[in-house]
Amino acid sequence: MAIPTPLNILLVDDSAAIRKILQRVLRQAELPLGEIYEAGDGLEALQALKANHIHLVLSDIHMPNMDGLQFLAGMKADPRWRSIPVVMVTTEGNQSRVMEAVDLGAAGYVRKPFTADQIKERVLSLF
Amino acid sequence: MPAPSSQTVVQIIQAAAHEVFTTMLGMEVTCERPPSEAAAFLAPAEGVVSLVGLTGRWAGTGCVSCSGPLACRVTSRMLMTPVTAVGEEVLDVMAEVTNMIIGNVKAGLEEALGPMGLSTPTVVYGRNFSTRNVRDGQLSISRFRLDGEPLEVKICLAPGLQANPPARHGPCQPEVSQR
Repeated sequence: MAIPTPLNILLVDDSAAIRKILQRVLRQAELPLGEIYEAGDGLEALQALKANHIHLVLSDIHMPNMDGLQFLAGMKADPRWRSIPVVMVTTEGNQSRVMEAVDLGAAGYVRKPFTADQIKERVLSLF
Repeated sequence: MPAPSSQTVVQIIQAAAHEVFTTMLGMEVTCERPPSEAAAFLAPAEGVVSLVGLTGRWAGTGCVSCSGPLACRVTSRMLMTPVTAVGEEVLDVMAEVTNMIIGNVKAGLEEALGPMGLSTPTVVYGRNFSTRNVRDGQLSISRFRLDGEPLEVKICLAPGLQANPPARHGPCQPEVSQR
């Protein structure tokens, strides 16, 4: 799959700091970036998907209101968004939860703490 | 199911803290001799204390604490923006640092203790307050020196009250009191 140009990305994390770091990492990665949207939990993320044309989602798992796995399940159940790749970026190291994310349709997984190269490699591997 | 020894937990904490600070911040942490358990409970805190709850067959609290100025420097480093006062950004960064350190410790502990849940962090900033766990448990303390200042990571674990698998966002049990 060719990388969409411009590439619109949705960052889902309850930490504004992590969203800021991911923004910086993505902007330094020499990707054909378009808009970068942000959401603080799964509910906000579903709203962002409704309101925008998004090509890639990077999502935390542990979040209030609606966590990353619930968001992923909701997203993949909707035919409008089923094909959008989702990479989980999380502290969760429990293999059963990681497998749950993969079973729900996650395209990849990056464990926090992460390096800029890990994020870049994971994103590029999707296209 | 016995918990890993306090010494083993300290080693897991040290590895997790080292990974978080070198990978995310490019900062070196050095390990220091921790205070005695009694001193750790009696010393009034000053600065930033960030707490997360752990649930599962063993349950308890993970805690990261440091001075306000060190928390500001950690935040500056992480966001690559100068930060000189403790505010929303600093509390957010310290919450995330705690989440990453204790989350990695949790992954290490799960090998021995089975699946555990991690709550979202609670961060406190102030002076003359103390924190303590309501329940008695095994306390593991790691003290580090980061950018010339102390930073402490504590894990308190006790056999969980529940037999069921942990919730994703379990209850946080620490108590914070003003002195």
